[in-house]
Amino acid sequence: MKRHRELTFKLALMCVGMFGFGFALVPLYDVFCEITGLGGRTAGEAQQVTENVDYDRTVRVEFVGSLASGAPWEFRPTQSHMIVHPGKLYETHYFARNLTGRPLVGQATPSVSPGIAAKHFKKVHCFCFTQQEFEPHEGREMQVLFMVDPDLPEHIDTVTLGYTFFALDQRS
Amino acid sequence: MSTTAIDVHAGHHHPKGVWPWIMRWVTTTNHKDIGTLYLTFSLVMLFVGGALAWVIRAELWEPGMQFVQPHVFNQMTTVHALVMVFAAIMPAFAGFANWMIPMLIGAPDMALPRLNNWSFWLLPFATGLLILTFFLPGGAPAAGWTMYPPLVLQQGASLPFSIFAVHLLGLSSIMASINIIVTIMNMRAPGMSLMKMPMFCWTWLITAYLIIIAMPVLAGAVTMLLTDQFFGTSFFSAAGGGDPVMYQHIFWFFGHPEVYIIILPAFGIISQVIPAFSRKPLFGYAAMVYATAAIAFLSLIVWAHHMFTVGMPLGGQLFFMLSTMLIAIPTGVKVFNWTATMWRGSLTFETPMLFALGFLFMFTIGGFSGLMLAIAPADFQYHDSYFVVAHFHYVLVPGALFGAFAGAYYWLPKWTGVMYDEKLGRWHFWLSTIFVNLTFFPQHFLGLAGMPRRIPDYAVQFADFNMMSSIGAFGFGAAQLLFVWIVIKAVRGKGEKAADKPWEGAEGLEWTVPSPAPHHTFDTPPVIK
Repeated sequence: MKRHRELTFKLALMCVGMFGFGFALVPLYDVFCEITGLGGRTAGEAQQVTENVDYDRTVRVEFVGSLASGAPWEFRPTQSHMIVHPGKLYETHYFARNLTGRPLVGQATPSVSPGIAAKHFKKVHCFCFTQQEFEPHEGREMQVLFMVDPDLPEHIDTVTLGYTFFALDQRS
Repeated sequence: MSTTAIDVHAGHHHPKGVWPWIMRWVTTTNHKDIGTLYLTFSLVMLFVGGALAWVIRAELWEPGMQFVQPHVFNQMTTVHALVMVFAAIMPAFAGFANWMIPMLIGAPDMALPRLNNWSFWLLPFATGLLILTFFLPGGAPAAGWTMYPPLVLQQGASLPFSIFAVHLLGLSSIMASINIIVTIMNMRAPGMSLMKMPMFCWTWLITAYLIIIAMPVLAGAVTMLLTDQFFGTSFFSAAGGGDPVMYQHIFWFFGHPEVYIIILPAFGIISQVIPAFSRKPLFGYAAMVYATAAIAFLSLIVWAHHMFTVGMPLGGQLFFMLSTMLIAIPTGVKVFNWTATMWRGSLTFETPMLFALGFLFMFTIGGFSGLMLAIAPADFQYHDSYFVVAHFHYVLVPGALFGAFAGAYYWLPKWTGVMYDEKLGRWHFWLSTIFVNLTFFPQHFLGLAGMPRRIPDYAVQFADFNMMSSIGAFGFGAAQLLFVWIVIKAVRGKGEKAADKPWEGAEGLEWTVPSPAPHHTFDTPPVIK
């Protein structure tokens, strides 16, 4: 019986350990994504860039805007795509409108696809860095200043920049 | 176990009255009783899951909407999968483990009999919780059995129910696994070293470890879904810095070992049946053990081949593609060893052997389509198409389920004391084989032609193959009623009296005890030479 109890205890411990491992995957995943830039995560703050334009190469940058479900906003890019040269600074805008009769605060989360391009997509200025306050029914354009790094792998000719716009009370 | 425990049960074998009869089964700690409960439960659930599949195939009989709304259709596919995986196939093999492992290793019972009782009795309640969701506002879970967020978080009242059901089902299988490992490690008869164990014990030992490694991770993943929905965490919500793709990684870290949790016990049964009807010992026993362990290890590092299309870097795709293909090597070792076991054997084709051979052929078909899916660039075409549906049904139905049938026919004389109806058994095999191929083979073509899975309606060019598939599904379901009839006949003692060793070529301790096996066997351990 003692042998049974010992082994049972060890196996139960293994289960608890694996349950913990499932949760440990969460920070591990974050670290992994941060190091590799996978998962399409871009820097959450302004990045320093120097212009070093590669006029021989063009990259198509597409813009996508989506709303968290049920958010009372209008949210869209003002242009669907741009053809850009790597190493040159460009400007584009997203438009957002508060559809309610009360002031709202929102913020956008950026994502770059394909994931491998994320760390080569530099944002010098972005409305996603800060919270955006809107008066009732206010609509306005918000600026993004970006540069595609010349180091972007050769085989990538299209990069998609997507924002999801959240009402801030949806954030935890 | 102590002698007092045996005395307590001695008077309970033939209780009088309904209530004592119910309580005998509710409170039983006997491994054979619990094995019977597991097997009966899983057979009932096979028909519950099958009924849901019939709704799916009825709706897909022809293009257009026939019987159910799309939302109901999605509930059917989701609950069909959850019931079949967690309430039919896994408990079936747990039933085999409970009945046979103590008898195969010469132990009087499982090591932890009360835990055993609990791990079974969690099952009906967990499954009840899951099926109850059909009656909730918004219906049963409908986001697919993989429960991907954010879709799964929009499904309404059924979410916490299905999550707690998964918790309980996981708890049940974890406890059964702990019990199986402790039994095998501590209770083998004197002289039975690990490398003398029957292959079925080996595959279950390794399966039990896989369950202990994988199941808690699933429990963690669904717990994160629960807290995301109700307690304001953001594990999978991009709004709070989480990532829905991370759920897929965590889920498939469980999900891929899970497919081997389902198939390895079937490998074990096939490794018992083929030698018995070839009248030769299993070819390459040690290689079989190592191959099983290798499959189990590899299953833990290949999970992302289920998600090639999420946007992985080339290095990741290459790693998961090649490691997945590597599994074909130990699996090939097993298939060739089974074939070599039959080489120059004196084969006879009783029903267990027929199912084992059916397994060998059709599981291999499923294995090959799995190899096709492992090719990352090709997977972009196959992903989420009916080709995937065809692939995993080939490994689950003529794979795992046929393995369970082979085992059921093989050991039924030992369980009931009578020979099952051999003629009906062969009918059952041939009808099942014809209909299972009619059901799932055309789905390969549908998938390659571009039909996506999990849809209630489809373009007209898919009509013919879908109708064939539906005919096959109705026929396959009906053929299983034959199995129920064969089992009922045998349980009621209708049939030829079975000898202690009804199969001429069978080897193993289970054939040294009388048929039917008495309530308590190996109270004094046998000696293995």
